[in-house]
Amino acid sequence: MAAPLTLVLILAVSIRAVLFRSSLAAQISERVEVVSPLNSWKRVVEGLALLDLGVSPYSGDVFHETPLIIYLFHFVVDYSEIVFMIADGITAVALYLSVKTYNKNVFRKQKYALEADRYPHDCLELMRSPKEMFYIPLKVAMFYLLNPFTILSCVAKSTCGINNAIIAIFILCTLKGSALLSAIFLSLATYQTIYPLTLFAPALLFLLQRLYIPVNPCRSSFWIYTLQYAFMFVGSLVVIVCLSFFLLGSWDFIPSVYGFILSVPDLTPNIGLFWYFFAEMFEHFRFFFICVFQINIFLYTIPLSIKLKEHPVFLIFMQIAIISIFKSYPTVGDIALYMAFLPAWSHLYRFLRNIFLVSCILLACSVLFPVLWHLWIYAGSANSNFYYAITLLFNVGQILLISDYFYAYLRREHHLSQGLYLQRKDGSEATLVLK
Amino acid sequence: MAAYKWSRTAVFLLIFVSLIHTGKSDNGETLNDSVKGEEADQSVPGETQPSDESSSENGDAEQKQWYSTDLEMNDALEGSKAESGMNDSPGDSKLFTPPPAKDHFQEELVIRPLHSGDIYANFQFRTQLDTDFVQEGNKVSHYRLFPKSLGQLLSKFSVRELHISFTQGYWRTMQWGQPFIPAPPGAELWVWFHDTVLDVDENWKELTNVLSGIFCASLNFIDSTNTVEPSASFKPLGLGNVTDHRFLRYATLPREIVCTENLTPWKKLLPCGSKAGLAVLMKSEKLFHSSFHSQAVHIRSICKDWQCSSAAWELRQTLSVVFDLYTSGQGKKDWSLFKMFSRTVTEACPLASSSKIYVDVTDNPEGELFDLNPATPVLTTTVVLGDRRTYAVYDLTKAETFGQLRSLNLLIRWKGEAGDMLRPLLHAERYVAGFGLQTGEIHTLIYNNHPYRAFPVLLLESVPWYLRLYIHTLTIISKSRENKPSYIHYQPSKDRLRPHLLEMLVQLPPHSVTEVTVQFERALLKWTEYTPDPNHGFYVGSSVISALVPSVVAMDIKSPQERPLFSSFFHVKEESSYFVRVYTEPLLVNLPTPDFSMPYNVICLTCTVVAVAYGSFYNLLTRTFQVEEPSQPLAKRLANVIRRIRGVPPL
Repeated sequence: MAAPLTLVLILAVSIRAVLFRSSLAAQISERVEVVSPLNSWKRVVEGLALLDLGVSPYSGDVFHETPLIIYLFHFVVDYSEIVFMIADGITAVALYLSVKTYNKNVFRKQKYALEADRYPHDCLELMRSPKEMFYIPLKVAMFYLLNPFTILSCVAKSTCGINNAIIAIFILCTLKGSALLSAIFLSLATYQTIYPLTLFAPALLFLLQRLYIPVNPCRSSFWIYTLQYAFMFVGSLVVIVCLSFFLLGSWDFIPSVYGFILSVPDLTPNIGLFWYFFAEMFEHFRFFFICVFQINIFLYTIPLSIKLKEHPVFLIFMQIAIISIFKSYPTVGDIALYMAFLPAWSHLYRFLRNIFLVSCILLACSVLFPVLWHLWIYAGSANSNFYYAITLLFNVGQILLISDYFYAYLRREHHLSQGLYLQRKDGSEATLVLK
Repeated sequence: MAAYKWSRTAVFLLIFVSLIHTGKSDNGETLNDSVKGEEADQSVPGETQPSDESSSENGDAEQKQWYSTDLEMNDALEGSKAESGMNDSPGDSKLFTPPPAKDHFQEELVIRPLHSGDIYANFQFRTQLDTDFVQEGNKVSHYRLFPKSLGQLLSKFSVRELHISFTQGYWRTMQWGQPFIPAPPGAELWVWFHDTVLDVDENWKELTNVLSGIFCASLNFIDSTNTVEPSASFKPLGLGNVTDHRFLRYATLPREIVCTENLTPWKKLLPCGSKAGLAVLMKSEKLFHSSFHSQAVHIRSICKDWQCSSAAWELRQTLSVVFDLYTSGQGKKDWSLFKMFSRTVTEACPLASSSKIYVDVTDNPEGELFDLNPATPVLTTTVVLGDRRTYAVYDLTKAETFGQLRSLNLLIRWKGEAGDMLRPLLHAERYVAGFGLQTGEIHTLIYNNHPYRAFPVLLLESVPWYLRLYIHTLTIISKSRENKPSYIHYQPSKDRLRPHLLEMLVQLPPHSVTEVTVQFERALLKWTEYTPDPNHGFYVGSSVISALVPSVVAMDIKSPQERPLFSSFFHVKEESSYFVRVYTEPLLVNLPTPDFSMPYNVICLTCTVVAVAYGSFYNLLTRTFQVEEPSQPLAKRLANVIRRIRGVPPL
C-alpha cells in the first residue's frame, strides 16, 4: 500500500512544483477564492517585512497570522514552497493513516455485530467488505492531494494548508487513541483559527468510546475523563498562547487575530457568506448579526454530538464541513479538507438523494467564480451582485451536500437496525420518511 | 503735482489742528471730526477722496491704539519705538509720545510673469504681535491688529505653530517653477502643540472643529483616519526646537473645494479687511477664475528682534493666484492689475508699516523684453529659492507711487519672447498604475535636475486605510539601480482608525529620476462608508517631498526682518542650500462598490441560505425515520366517520 501512496505523493508534488515555476502562481495567489485576508501569503511576507522594519506586525491591519506562524516563516521563508508542499503531504499521509485506522475499527465492529447477529438479515448488502475498503485510504489521500482546490491553495501558499495539516494530525492522533497529542494538536488548531474548538466534542466522544466509557452524565468516570481531556486541551492552549506572548512580548496578537476573525472587519470578497452580508448591513444591526452568524457555527455542535455520539468520526467530518461553510473567511483550501473525507463515505452513495445536482452546482460555481469576478472587477460589466449570487449558490450546494451525507448516514444506520427492505403493515413495499 | 500740493496742505492743517486739540482733551472723536471738516473744505472732491478717507481711518486707528494700550504693555515700549514710528503717519509721530504698539502689520504683493505666459501673484500679509500669549499667566485680552479669533484659539489649544492652506488647482512645478509658499490641492492643516498638552488628540479634534467654523471649511472631516504624526517631514518653522512628533498633527483633505465662502472669512482676519490696501484687489470672481488659487494662514512664534531676546507671534496670511491670461487674452501675454483683479491699487492699508508691490524683472534687465508701466527707479535684488532675482518695487506708503491719477495700475507690455525657464532642481509626480479594482500600484517619480549634486529628500506618503499598502513591495529605483533609503518610518494602517504613514529619506543621485513604487490592495467598504458619488473615486492626499536643495547662488542668511516677506518664510541656516517642499498630485482611486440598492435583498437572501442549513440540520436532528403509512382517501375517511356514528364497523 505504501507504493501507490508514494506515487500519488510524487505526482502531487510534481504538479505543485510545475505550477510554482509557472507564471500562473502569481495569478493564483491573488485569487480571492484561494486566499483570504487571514491566510494570504502576501500578508505573511508583509508581516515579516514589518518585523524587519522594527514595527510590530500587529500594529497594522494587514497581518493576521498567529505569532507561531510568523516565527515559523521567519526561519523558512526562503523554503516556503517546500514547506507548503510538505504540509500538504503531511495532511494526505495523516488522512490516509487515520482513514485506514478508522476502517479497521469499522470492520472490527461490524464483525462483532455480525457475530452477535445484531443486524437484520436483509442488510447483508449494506455490509462493508474488506475489498471495497482496501482502496479507501488511498482514495482519501488522492482526493486531498489531487483536488484542484488543494493544489490552488498550495500554489497560492495559503497558510490554510498548514491549518489543514494540523487538523489532519489531530484526527490521526485522536483515532490512534493518543489523548495528549490529540489535545495538543486540537489546541494548536484552535489557536490558529478558533473554529476547530468545535472538534473538541467528537474527539472526546471518540476517546471515550475507545476506552469503553459510556457517555452518561451520571457516571463519574465520564466526568473524570472529560475533565482530564479538557484540562490537557486548555493547558496546551494556555502554553501555546503564553509562548506566543513571550515570542512577541505583547498581547497585540489577540485582538489582531481573534478579534479579526470574530468581528469580520475586512469585507474583501470571498466564497463565504459574511463579506457581502456585512457590507450591506444596517449599522445598528451589525453587532447582532455578527453574533448570530458566529454563534451559528458553534450552534450545531451539541445537537450533532448527541445525535452522532456513536459515530464520532462522521461527527468530525460534519463539524469540519460546517466550519468551512460558515467560517468568516473561508477559502477553497478549507473545502478541500472535508471533501477529502468523501471517499470514506462511499458506502453511503446509494442513499444520497441529490448528489448529481449538488456536484453540478459545485462544478458550475467553481467555474463561474473567476468568470464573474473578472466581469465585476476587471471588465466592469457586472457588479458585486453577480459574484455574490455565485457565492450564495456555492454555499447552498455545500449545505445540500453535507445535509445529504448526514441524511444518508442516518438512513443507513436506520436500515442497519430495522432492515433494508421495510414493509408496510399491509405487506407492500414501504418508503421511509422523516417524522 | 497739484494733488500732491493739496495733500501736503492737508497734512499741515492736520498737524495744526491736532496741536490745538491735544492741549484741551484727548477725545479722538472730535479731533477726527474737525480734521474731516477742515479737509473737506480744502479738498477738490474727486481727487482727494482717497487721501481724506485714509487720514480719517488713520485717526481711527490711532484712537484704537490709544485705547488698547494698557499700562502693562509699557515695558514693550523701547523695543517697538522704531516700528511704531514707521506705523504712524509722519506728522503725528513728532507730536505724541509714540504709543507702544505691540504689533505691526506688513503687506506685500509679488507678481511674477511665468514662462508659460501665466501670471503668478502672491499676496503676503504679516502681522507680528510682540507678546507671547501662550505662556502661562500671560493672558491677553486686547487685540489690535492680530485677529482675536485666532489669538484665543492659540491660547486655548496651546498651539505652538499652525499652518493651514486651502488650494484649488495644482501647482505645475515644471511650467511655473517653485512657488514661494507651496501648498497641496485641497485643504492642508498641520499644527505643533505645546509640550504641556496632555491629550493632543482631543485638542486636535476640537481645534479642527473650531477652525472649520472660522474658515467655513469642512475641516471637521479631519479625524483619526486622515491624521498622521510625521516624524521628520514637518519641523517647526518658528522658534523652539521641539522635535517630539507626538505634538505634531498633520492632515490633508484633498477633496476640499475652495471657494468664496473660504475667502471671505480669510479676508476678515486682515487688519484692513478688504477695504484698503492690497486686499482691495481680492475680488473673488476674479481670484477664482484662475488656474491656481491658494490661500493660507501660517502662525508661528519668531524672534522679536535681532538678539532674539523675546518671542513674538507672527501671523502670515498668504494668497497665491496664477492667472491664465495667455489663453483668455487672445494669445497676448500683456497684463495689468486691472485686467487681473478688475481693480487698481489706490492706497496702502493705513495700518501697515510697509506696503509694497514687487514685480519680477529679472529677465528684463535692459527693458528689451517688456515694458513695465509705470516704471519705478527702485529695484531690489534678493535671493529666493536658490536664485538671485531682481524686483521692481512700488512702495504704496509713498504718495508718489500712485501718480496723478491717485491709483496704481501696473501693466506690462511684452515686446519679445521670453527665453527658456531654468528647470526646477527638484520636482515630483505621482500616479496610480494597474487595472481592475483589486490591486494597484502607486508610482512616485522624483526628479533631481541638478547636473552634478546629489541631495537627500524626505518623502512622506499618507495613504488612507482602504488602500492597503504592502510595504514589502516598496521599491526605490534611481538610474535603474536599487536605492536604499537611509531612514524609513512606517506606520501601518488600522481599519477605520488610522491611515498608513510612510516617511523615507532617499538620496537622489545627480541628474536622475527616482521611482518609488508600492503596491496596494483596494478594500471593499461597508455600504455606508462610501461617499455619495462612490464611482467618482476616493482621493489620496499629495505626498510631500521636503528637501534642502543645493543653491546656485549663496543664500542670504541674515535676519529675515530686512528681506521681503516672500523670501523670508523658510528660515535659511546655511548659504549653500535652501529648503523646498514639493507636493505631488493627489490621486483619485476607484474602489469596488457593492450594490447600494440591495441591503434588504442581501440580508434576506443570506439569511435564507443560513436558514436552509439550519432547517435541514434541524429536520435531520429532531426527526426519526418512520415507515410511511399511506393516508386514507378523503371519501373513505368521511364514510368511516358516518359509519362510526351509525355504529357500524369501519371499512
